[in-house]
Amino acid sequence: MSALLEPTIGRYLSLDLDGREHRLYFEEAGQGIPLVCLHTAGSDTRQYRALLNDPAVTSDFRVIAFDMPWHGKSSPPIGWHEEEYRLTTEAYTTMIMRFVESLELEQPVVMGCSIGGRVVLNLARTHGSVLRAVIGLQSSGHVDPYYDTTWLHHCDVHGGEVSAGYVYGLIAPQSPDPDRWETLWHYMQSGPGVFKGDLHFYMVDGDIRDQLCDIDTKDCPVFLLTGEYDYSCSPEHTRDAASRIEGAQVTIMEQLGHFPMSENPDQFRRYLLPVLDEIRQFS
Amino acid sequence: MNSSEVMTRLPDLVNQDTALVRRGRWLSNVFLVEAGTTQFLVHVDKGRLLSVEHGPFVMPSWSFAIRASESVWQRFWQPLPAPGDNDIFALRKTGEMSVEGNLQPFMANLIYIKQVLATPRALMER
Repeated sequence: MSALLEPTIGRYLSLDLDGREHRLYFEEAGQGIPLVCLHTAGSDTRQYRALLNDPAVTSDFRVIAFDMPWHGKSSPPIGWHEEEYRLTTEAYTTMIMRFVESLELEQPVVMGCSIGGRVVLNLARTHGSVLRAVIGLQSSGHVDPYYDTTWLHHCDVHGGEVSAGYVYGLIAPQSPDPDRWETLWHYMQSGPGVFKGDLHFYMVDGDIRDQLCDIDTKDCPVFLLTGEYDYSCSPEHTRDAASRIEGAQVTIMEQLGHFPMSENPDQFRRYLLPVLDEIRQFS
Repeated sequence: MNSSEVMTRLPDLVNQDTALVRRGRWLSNVFLVEAGTTQFLVHVDKGRLLSVEHGPFVMPSWSFAIRASESVWQRFWQPLPAPGDNDIFALRKTGEMSVEGNLQPFMANLIYIKQVLATPRALMER
């Protein structure tokens, strides 16, 4: 019996970020237009496992997903134990572009979810001319804090369990149980304080509402896809962001929540494939 | 089915689910559920629900309290809740539900408590 090997290949990349050496893990599959995928806060590239295995995508797109530093199989930098991890807009934006430059990806599409859905809007603003398009999943210009994040890194509460507990209700009720619990498992594995550190960008540092009007969608088309069951970055948040970006295309996805590519891949691809078709046509 | 009828059935709904009881095995305490002006004290022992006391109470003692109107609980208990009605934190965000008191046992058992309070959805399907 032959082994059932997936087409996905994982590698490590050495990357200098802000003067510090990082060892970044990334996975890729397919060929063609580079499609860089950004995972959500406190999770990792496994969220894109279905996309990496979808021939309808990988036939024309080189799907590449990397674990951010501190996440998944990417280690934190040396000295991590002496600092508090806090993601900022500048660090996040720089990290993605350094990754793109290191792999010499030409005119990539960048797709991100949640914090990734926010930062792709910033990328469209600051680096739109070198990007083919951005796809924002669960995108917003800003989200006000709506719970006490202290509990996410607290000696009296298991960090993995509470992180999964926080996002438990962000998954749509219709999502299949195996994908729901796979998505939660990723959250249960996140390092101490990492989810909380990512939310610093999501709820504090990353308010880019007033800069969204600088995006030129003729230069870098913006596609926004948001699940209806996401109460964190709700459809209203996405519509508000879109109202500030002339030419942005918005679709509200039914029966999906905050993690469309991971919680219900079959439902998600119904919305994603037409967007990828459009990108393929204008490429 | 109003909240009093639902809460009466809660111990059976929870205790018949062995995976749920196991998930809550570190929780032994009393928490308050409030539906409008109607109060319930839920007694938990290692994930099993020992009983649900129905108010009114003179001087209730509880670790944490979850409060919402009767109509909000009815929306939350729908077999397929609408977006925004499907989770405690979603309703907390809109201000329609509150969580207060000693939040350590609540946070330490968050998935368990969310699942316990959602078990009546199965009841509504019948």
